[in-house]
Parts: sequence; C-alpha cells; structure tokens
Amino acid sequence: MNLAAAIFLDGLIDASWLFIVAVGLTLVFGVLNILNFAHGSLYALGAYTAASAVGWYYGGNIGPAFLGYFVMLAAALVVAIAIGPLMERGLLRLFYRRDEVVLVLVTYALFLILEDATKLIWGVNPYYAYEPYGLLGDVSLFGLNYVAYDFALVGLALLTGVLLWLGLNRTITGKVILAVIHDREISGAMGVDVNRVFVLAFTFGVFLAALGGAFTAPKISVQPGISIAVILLSFAVVVIGGLGSVEGAAIAALIVGLARSAAIHLMPSAELFIVYLVMALVLALRPEGLFQRTTARKI
Amino acid sequence: MAGWLRTSAAALVCFVALVLLGRVLPNWFVLVATLAFAKGIVALGLVVLMRCGLVSFGQGIFFCTGAYAAGLTMRLLGLDDGVLLTALGGLLALILGLIIAPLLAGYRGIFFATLTLALSMIAYGILDKVSWLGGSDGFNLHAPSFVGYHPATPQDVSYAIFVLTSLATVVAAALCRIHFDSLRGLLSLAARDNEIRVEYLGASVRWVSGMNFAVAALLAGIGGALSALSLGHIDPDFAFWTTSGEFVFLAILSGYASVTAVFVASIIVELVRSYSSQYFPNTWQGALGLFLLLVILFLPQGLGSLLLVRRGKPKSQEVRAESGK
Repeated sequence: MNLAAAIFLDGLIDASWLFIVAVGLTLVFGVLNILNFAHGSLYALGAYTAASAVGWYYGGNIGPAFLGYFVMLAAALVVAIAIGPLMERGLLRLFYRRDEVVLVLVTYALFLILEDATKLIWGVNPYYAYEPYGLLGDVSLFGLNYVAYDFALVGLALLTGVLLWLGLNRTITGKVILAVIHDREISGAMGVDVNRVFVLAFTFGVFLAALGGAFTAPKISVQPGISIAVILLSFAVVVIGGLGSVEGAAIAALIVGLARSAAIHLMPSAELFIVYLVMALVLALRPEGLFQRTTARKI
Repeated sequence: MAGWLRTSAAALVCFVALVLLGRVLPNWFVLVATLAFAKGIVALGLVVLMRCGLVSFGQGIFFCTGAYAAGLTMRLLGLDDGVLLTALGGLLALILGLIIAPLLAGYRGIFFATLTLALSMIAYGILDKVSWLGGSDGFNLHAPSFVGYHPATPQDVSYAIFVLTSLATVVAAALCRIHFDSLRGLLSLAARDNEIRVEYLGASVRWVSGMNFAVAALLAGIGGALSALSLGHIDPDFAFWTTSGEFVFLAILSGYASVTAVFVASIIVELVRSYSSQYFPNTWQGALGLFLLLVILFLPQGLGSLLLVRRGKPKSQEVRAESGK
C-alpha cells in the first residue's frame, strides 16, 4: 500500500514538470512541424538562468523570500524572449521549405551549439538553487513525507495545462494558432499572418521549456547533461501522446512519470529502458500516438 | 562499357590506391580513415534507406549488434579472425534487421524515425545494465588475426584493419552503386517521390522499404564490427542516440546522389572532429554543430551534388527533382 502510494505520488510529481516541458515541445511541433531537439537545451538554459537569479536574489537578501518564485518565473520569461524570436526568425525560418528530418538535424546542431554555449557561460560545476525548495515546508500523505514544493509543481503543471487549453480554445489568438496547426496554407490564404503565429508559438514553446527548467532547478543540481536526459524523456512523452496534441502530452506525461517511478521503486536499472519500451509499444499499436490528429491526406 | 563493369573497375582501382596509400600515410591518419570508412559504411546504409524516403534515427541498434556480435564472439568463443568477425557482425545485424523490418515497413517520416530511435534506446538500456555484456563500461578487444596472418606490431594491426575496412568499403560502395542504377534501386526513388503512384503501378512500397531497411542493417552491422575491431573497445554508447544521430548527419551531409560522397563526408567529419577536439577542447561539439548547420544551409543536396557538378555532368535527374521542390 505504502509502496503503491509512493509510486503514484512520485510518478505524479515527475509527470508534472515533464508535462510542462513536453507540452512546449508538442506545441512547437504542432504549429511549426519541427521536432525540436534543442528543447532540452532550452530547459537547461531556463534552469541555469533561474539558478543564477535565485542565487543572486537570496544571496543579496534583495526582497521577501516568497518573491523568489517570481524571480524564477522572470528567469524563464527572459530566456524565452531572448532566445525564442532570435532562433525562429534568425535560423529556423531558413529551413522551412526543407524536409522534416532535415529540420530535426538543424535543431540537433543547435543542441550541440547550445550545450557548449551553456558550458562556456556557466562552467561545468553544478549550481544549486535550494532556497525556494524548502520554503513551503513539508507535507505528509499516506504516511509518506514530501516536500510541499513538489506538490506545488503539480499545481503549476495543472495551471499551465488549463491556461494553455483555455488560451488555445477560448481566445482569438488561440483559435488562429489552432487554424495554423490544422492547415497553414489555408490559414495564410484567409489572411492569418502565419509568420507571426510561428514566432509566437515558438517563443511560447521556449518559455514552457524554460519554465520547466526554472521550476525544477531547486530540486536538482543544475549541471551539464541535464538537457540530454530531459530531451530523451520529453521526446518519448510527446511521441506517446501523439505529436502536436496537448491532451496527449498530459496523459503521456502521467504514463511516463508513473512508469519511471514504478521502475525506480521496483527495478531501478530499468529507468530509461522502460520509457522507451512504453514508447515502442504505443507506437507499434498506435503509430501516431495515443491522441492522433486526423489529417486529410494531400496528394 | 556496361555500368556495372565500369563501377567494378573503379572500385578495384580505389581499393589498390587505398592499400598503397595506407602504407605511405602516417599511422594516425590510417586510424582516422579506418574509423571514418567504418562509419561511412553505416551511413551508406542510411543513404540506401533515404532513397526510399526513410530516415532512421536508430541505426545504433544495428551498429551495436555488429560490434557486440564481433566482440562477444572474440571474448566468449575465442575466435579472433577479423574477416570472420566482420562477416558475423554483418550477418547478425542482417538477421535482426529482417526480424524488425516487417514491423517498421509500414511507418513513414517522423514516426519511422522515432520508432527506430526508441528501439535503439531500448538496446542501449539493455547493454548498459546487463553485466555479462560488459555493462556501462563495455569491454576491450585484443588485436584480431586475418586469415592466418597475425600482425606483430600495433602499426601492422591498424594497417591490416585498414585494408579490411577499405575492402568492405569499396565492395559495399560498388554494390550500392550498381543497385542504385538498377530497376529495383530506382524504384526506391519512385517510392520516395510518390508512394501511391508506385503502388498503383503494381510495385510494393512495403517490400521496397523492408528490403532497403535490411540492407541498411547489414551495412550498419559490418560498420559496427569494423569500428569495434579498430577501436579495440566496445561500450553501450554504440547504441546511444548521439551515435545514431551522427550517421544521419553523415548521410545528410553526403546526400544520396553519390556513393563516393558518403566516404568523403565521413573522412571530413572525422578530421573536423579530431582537429576541433584538439584545438577547441571545450567547444568542439559546438564547432561540429556549426559545421553541420553551415552544410545544411549552403549545400542542400549534400556534398554529392558538389561532386556531380564538378565532374561537368549536367545535374542528374534526382538532384534536379530534389531542388525543384
């Protein structure tokens, strides 16, 4: 019973940040048709920026402790605004006429470059931003002790999901984005500024990656290599859920989170293995993921 | 002269030239070239796949199959004949490829890429954790023999592996060229262009992609076994996604118009890597990424298009069709 609860809660916590990161990846794929390998690096940039900002904020006793969370949020925003438009307009735009796979390779090159850029800026030593982690105290559930921050993360993921859903389905901008996802050419013909939607969606995707990074930074030691682990996981989440599907990303994040925490509790050596096993199984049964988009076949 | 005869003659000339060059060139270059050719063979397999419009991000699974088949045979059975080990590596990868091919033949585009990636990551997970396979550290191989010839010095060993790799390279390249120009090979290009049309004309796209997948597996296995012999060490990184990504990189860099371009690209990349790791030890990955970006940006059809243009030929049909997109 205790074990089941532990697996469930750990899985839920794991799923929360995974969802935030993966939904950014899936949104970018939906709108721009890019499977962004550099998404993990953007997560890492968010984590590093937040860790530095948090270190500066608490180190200098700048303001009240709880405002540290807003510092983390601001860090994610800064990364998104600095990187998003630059990357989309400056680079990715040049490759839109090319094959999907070429674009994957372009972002792979970006991943390599960003990895080294991160090392140049922050060095190779780990950063810790532990202050915000303990701020909310501890909670006890089913006789298990958890840091309350972990559940705040679950709340943040829920909030992100709900806001994203509302934003996409209940606002004009959201509807325009959905229209571009559905058919970029027809949307363009109807007067939608597709380029603007691209910049907007990509920047928002970067923001989600950086947000995931910024709010996991207090839980982990921020060091080189985190981007690879994250991209491999969120990649699996997105593929399991169905590329471009927000609901799919939520369900898949839960599946991956639970599978991973089950593996960690029951069979630690299978941690990464199990994620890809689930992915292969899902793909074998439903090639386009759990929530596949129905698209008209164009000839 | 018939096309296949000309190709075979060119292959023979290349092989003789390589064998002679290997004697003259410095030892470090021979090592780099061996590894480049071994990886080039894998990338050649990817080019075969790319011709029918498929890109696998998981060639690592066959690469590591070939390497581990060779390595484990040497370690557990005590066989150390390089030729035999290479053939065995290729054979086992081919068998695995034939098993997986029917599962994958129905997938296209990004789904094919991600599914192959998943399979190779599962292989990585297994290799990383199973201790009798060497675990995460892998294991070392001792120097192989070659049909009764036991090279004495390390230089002789690396030269012998180089000759073996060159032989595998020219044979694979020549066979691929002949295949590409054959009716069966051209069918791949047709499937890449328009699958529905090919199906209506009475050919099976599934069959074409399945066969291409098996060929790619065979070549990746051979390349894996040769890399393992040349490096003298095997670890799970052979199956890691960065390894697979490197092969995709090579294949895109060379393009699918020319077979020679694959190996030229492979040598260039291997040189760029060893130079940049020497001169920018902390940023060589970034340098490689920048190089990749520049190539994709300025050479959309890969190095192969460059070779074709320089030869004074009008751009071949395939290259033109691609740039017209």
